Amino acid sequence: MAKDEYREFRLVGTRPDRPDGLDKVTGRARYGADMTAPGMLWGAVVRSPHAHARIVKIDTSKAEALEGVKAVVTRADLPTGLTGEDWDLQENTLAGERALYDGHAVAAVAATSALIAQEAARLVEVDYEVLPHVTDVDAAMAPDAPVIREGAADPTVPEGMHPNVVKYFAFDHGDVEAGFAQADLVMERTYKTEATHQGYIEPHACLGQLGSDGKGEMWVCTQGQWFIRRMCAAVVGIEAAQLRVTPSEIGGGFGGKTTIFMEPLSLALSRKAGGRPVKIVMSRSEVLRATGPTASASMDVKIGMKKDGTITAGKATFRMQGGAFPGAPVDMALYCAFAPYKMPAVECEGFDVLANRPKCAAYRAPGSPMGAFAVESLLDEMCRKLGIDPMDMRMKNAVREGDRAAYGPKFGSIGLVEVLEATRAHPNLSIPLGLNQGRGIASGYWFNHGGETSVSMAISEDGTAQVSVGTPDIGGSRASIALMTAETLGIPYEDVRVNVVETGALGVNEPTHGSRATFASGKAAVEAAQHAIKEMCRRAAAEWGIEPEAVEWVDGAAQPAGPNAGKFPPMTIAEIAGKMGSTGGPISGHHESVPGGVGESFGCHVVDVEVDPETGGVKILRYLVVQDAGRAIHPSYVEGQYQGGAAQGIGWALNEGYIYGEDGRLQNPVFLDYRVPVASDLPMIDTVIVEVPNPGHPYGVRGVGETGITPPLPAIANAIQAATGARLTELPMNPPRVLAAIKAAKAG
Amino acid sequence: MRYHTPQTFEDAARIAAAAQGVTRFLAGGTDVLVQMRAGMVQPDDLIDLKHIPGTQDIARTEDGGWRIGIAVPGIALGGHEALCADWPGVVEGMELVGSTQIQGRATLAGNLCNGSPAADSVPGLITAGAVVEITGPAGTRTLPVEDVPQGPGRTALKPGELVSAIILPPRGDYGGDCYLRFIPRTEMDIAVVGCAVNLRLKGGVIAEARVALGAVAPTVMLVPEAAAAIVGTALDAAAEEALAQAATAAAKPISDKRGTAEFRREVAGVLAKRAARIAFARAKGDTA
Amino acid sequence: MSKIHVTTKVNGDPVEFLADPRETLLDCLRDRLGLTGSKEGCGTGDCGACSVILDGRLVCSCLVLGVEAQGKAVETIEGMAQGEDLHPLQRKFIEHAALQCGFCTPGILVAAKALLETNPDPTETEVRYWLAGNLCRCTGYDKIIRAVMDAAAELRGEAA
Repeated sequence: MAKDEYREFRLVGTRPDRPDGLDKVTGRARYGADMTAPGMLWGAVVRSPHAHARIVKIDTSKAEALEGVKAVVTRADLPTGLTGEDWDLQENTLAGERALYDGHAVAAVAATSALIAQEAARLVEVDYEVLPHVTDVDAAMAPDAPVIREGAADPTVPEGMHPNVVKYFAFDHGDVEAGFAQADLVMERTYKTEATHQGYIEPHACLGQLGSDGKGEMWVCTQGQWFIRRMCAAVVGIEAAQLRVTPSEIGGGFGGKTTIFMEPLSLALSRKAGGRPVKIVMSRSEVLRATGPTASASMDVKIGMKKDGTITAGKATFRMQGGAFPGAPVDMALYCAFAPYKMPAVECEGFDVLANRPKCAAYRAPGSPMGAFAVESLLDEMCRKLGIDPMDMRMKNAVREGDRAAYGPKFGSIGLVEVLEATRAHPNLSIPLGLNQGRGIASGYWFNHGGETSVSMAISEDGTAQVSVGTPDIGGSRASIALMTAETLGIPYEDVRVNVVETGALGVNEPTHGSRATFASGKAAVEAAQHAIKEMCRRAAAEWGIEPEAVEWVDGAAQPAGPNAGKFPPMTIAEIAGKMGSTGGPISGHHESVPGGVGESFGCHVVDVEVDPETGGVKILRYLVVQDAGRAIHPSYVEGQYQGGAAQGIGWALNEGYIYGEDGRLQNPVFLDYRVPVASDLPMIDTVIVEVPNPGHPYGVRGVGETGITPPLPAIANAIQAATGARLTELPMNPPRVLAAIKAAKAG
Repeated sequence: MRYHTPQTFEDAARIAAAAQGVTRFLAGGTDVLVQMRAGMVQPDDLIDLKHIPGTQDIARTEDGGWRIGIAVPGIALGGHEALCADWPGVVEGMELVGSTQIQGRATLAGNLCNGSPAADSVPGLITAGAVVEITGPAGTRTLPVEDVPQGPGRTALKPGELVSAIILPPRGDYGGDCYLRFIPRTEMDIAVVGCAVNLRLKGGVIAEARVALGAVAPTVMLVPEAAAAIVGTALDAAAEEALAQAATAAAKPISDKRGTAEFRREVAGVLAKRAARIAFARAKGDTA
Repeated sequence: MSKIHVTTKVNGDPVEFLADPRETLLDCLRDRLGLTGSKEGCGTGDCGACSVILDGRLVCSCLVLGVEAQGKAVETIEGMAQGEDLHPLQRKFIEHAALQCGFCTPGILVAAKALLETNPDPTETEVRYWLAGNLCRCTGYDKIIRAVMDAAAELRGEAA
């Protein structure tokens, strides 16, 4: 049933204006680079032009001599002795002995104007001894590959592997060989995906201040102010609670703004400049060269299938590089790859590999798109070989509640079957296709996430409510949290104000990541509201002189229940709030937890393409996203997540990708050549919101942000084969690759 | 950086000739500001030409051709009906440069003087037989557009010289031109391959033709062999195929981040064929 | 380097500022005049977040020098609403949920306004090509295009 045709709730499921809409259409909303402070300095960062080089010497004297320059910092200005992830973060913030990738920061300056800071950065003289480098994942594992960091491997790595392999990961169940023996068709292929960037339009920006007393402030565009606080504190050597981090409005993140890059430099510069605030705004090329792209992958997949489409076994070996530090999401990729299917037997292993590239950061469903590209592409090819409808195959093997996931645990309530049924029923599937056109289908999966959450809610004197959350609003979460809070309290949507607050105002919150803001902050806000309701019922009971248990909360008012029903008129939230000062003081609610009950989200996409057989150009004719939201709190922003995820996946599939030269330098660090989809590249993106409520959330929310980026990669590859007969196994599927594949397919 | 706003081309040339360091001229600024931003160029002298009278004008010449000011942005070319009717291929080449916003600033002269082999407006100017008027310390001279580019980022302009106008010949009867380019997206990319065709019909047969290719050599190149393949034909399938083969054979591309050499050679032929079809239709008077 | 005194009009108001000739109009709007509604997403004219209207023509303010604004008229996002009354495009963007993070929104609104002033009845394709220089990474453009088409219909006096 279409979302807007029925109403289970008063507010949940409606489409009110978002609370921050006015600020954002008038230019008033303040983002990372929009803040200034008295006495402010401007920072600039000196970056390595080499993919791998020993830093022989850094001479800052000319920069320091420039009029207007107030501070220059190098690694020598940061504390020593960090270990593990903290060391990685510090090393990535500012190179130590070696620059590990093109764009790696080696020094930073602060000056009285942006132009002077840039000039000073040019005056910092760095002597490099250029070292051999490697940027490709398979090359980085080869015996002759240069070693990026000796001793970086963790104990999981089997003996005899190249030192660049820093983590090994494996799981299996069932008898894979027996499964392949039962199959009528066994196919095996190797796939490659290139690193892509989250491509948020707002470059990283921060305004940091740190005094010699170790107390600091920061204004920063981030998905997670507490992550920024903890990481910055570690890197510059201060206590976490002494740093107060305020999140600005955020111009997109997609996972890329869950970690630190130049933020600690603003603090280190400020400390050295006598505590004057320092603003650092990255250029687009700094963003592309030195902030988190995703990993690149090389993947072998083998699948067995019976003639009727039953999958008998699957085997996957994934190799991923996530830059010069550990952290490629190879585990997530393997977990997600077979997730939509009942797998009698699987065998998966993965390698996390270092290469001379920037440290990867999370990007929308980290790992899932790569794994899906491999598995969903191979399944489609096998359906083609066996003459099976790919929708039938998906339905036949679909996981249901109680099934064991390919990666181990048993699924609770999930909505894959409902998603596949809705997909099959959609009119797009029966639109006839013309010459050079093809249709592709693929599924996708994401776990969703709970995470550390702290929310506080307070009733105002007039009976309105304010909610303080720690998850920055990237795509409308203020609206969804206000809807759920208002629904719970029984008051109008407009009576709730949701504030995204600084680190001093709440306990620790994980960022807006893992599709968790509406799930986790929403759930906590509902808990907090219920806490306040309980207190308001108690206040009413006290006034009426009855037991609190004999009071219930209905439509924004306390009313006597049970044997007392009807004895007193309902007492509204405004009445209770109006006298709270004399009835026991402020009324508030709060909730702190790592919420359980996370509900997984499956999706299925259908794409129609037209391929120009003479140029290899691929045009997206129409696009359909079907995904289980659990429940759509604000359907417009759920649709927006589906459409945005699909658009990013389309970009990844067709034209986005990091291009490194022989010299190891990034060749496309500008939007001119890092080709994200533009408005004229895309059609309208049709959406179907499937709602199989998550029993682990008071309103059934699963989380909708991430699954949508996963299916486009294989769906488009499948559609290109349908249109041309050519199978692409490497991303991006840009025109030269598609044309070459068409010619190869024709040559037989 | 010193910022100059001369009122005449002679003054602009004088400032440029006297300048000691790095000098850049500013018309639309869509290349020079990007280069400044990237730190590739830090001019000591920037000479803004937009204060010179006539630089914003599009005017008929006495012989029926066109004189286009060096600061006329793409959007003004596209909005000029008579110019579009005469030289649709020239105008569409310019209109393909960048976004609507870029069109509000970018100019033919800038696109030419930037010296990119992939410049979208240059093949069309070349096939149209356009010339540039150049003002320098030694006076004024003219040069065919095809002689301006000398390699990536290099032009035939001497120190102190600058383009002071772009001159298109009269269109004449039964002529048609077209520019097509291939890019991976639908907008916003630099041409991977570009091709312009300009031709004139006589009795339904191609009497004259010029074919130019972009992004397949160090400069935009005129390809007489490709033109010869269609002259004397009514652009039948065999002529189209000969044209495509000649274009592919003439292309001497490199492989880079925007495309492989093999791809560029092949697509050069495809675009030549497609551009010729449109130019042919336009010459016949079809509204293509 | 000495700065140049620039007198110009922004959203109808006369303003003056001192600009280093290397500074872009975007830098001057944001850092000299405090008009931070125009955003820098790339600095190279590829994303459109800094779109403004300069003497009636849509441009990227990152590709215009501040000193070039001398004697001209600049329109920015801050001048789009008339007092409390939002421009129909602004209202439709909120109504259609045509923004997620909102960072590209000011540039897209300014660009869309320029479109509707020259073409009051654009097709979907025309809207998409006109806005091709305005990158949005959040929405997939769907709701943006719908909002622009709907605002155009309202401005033409047609019921949505």
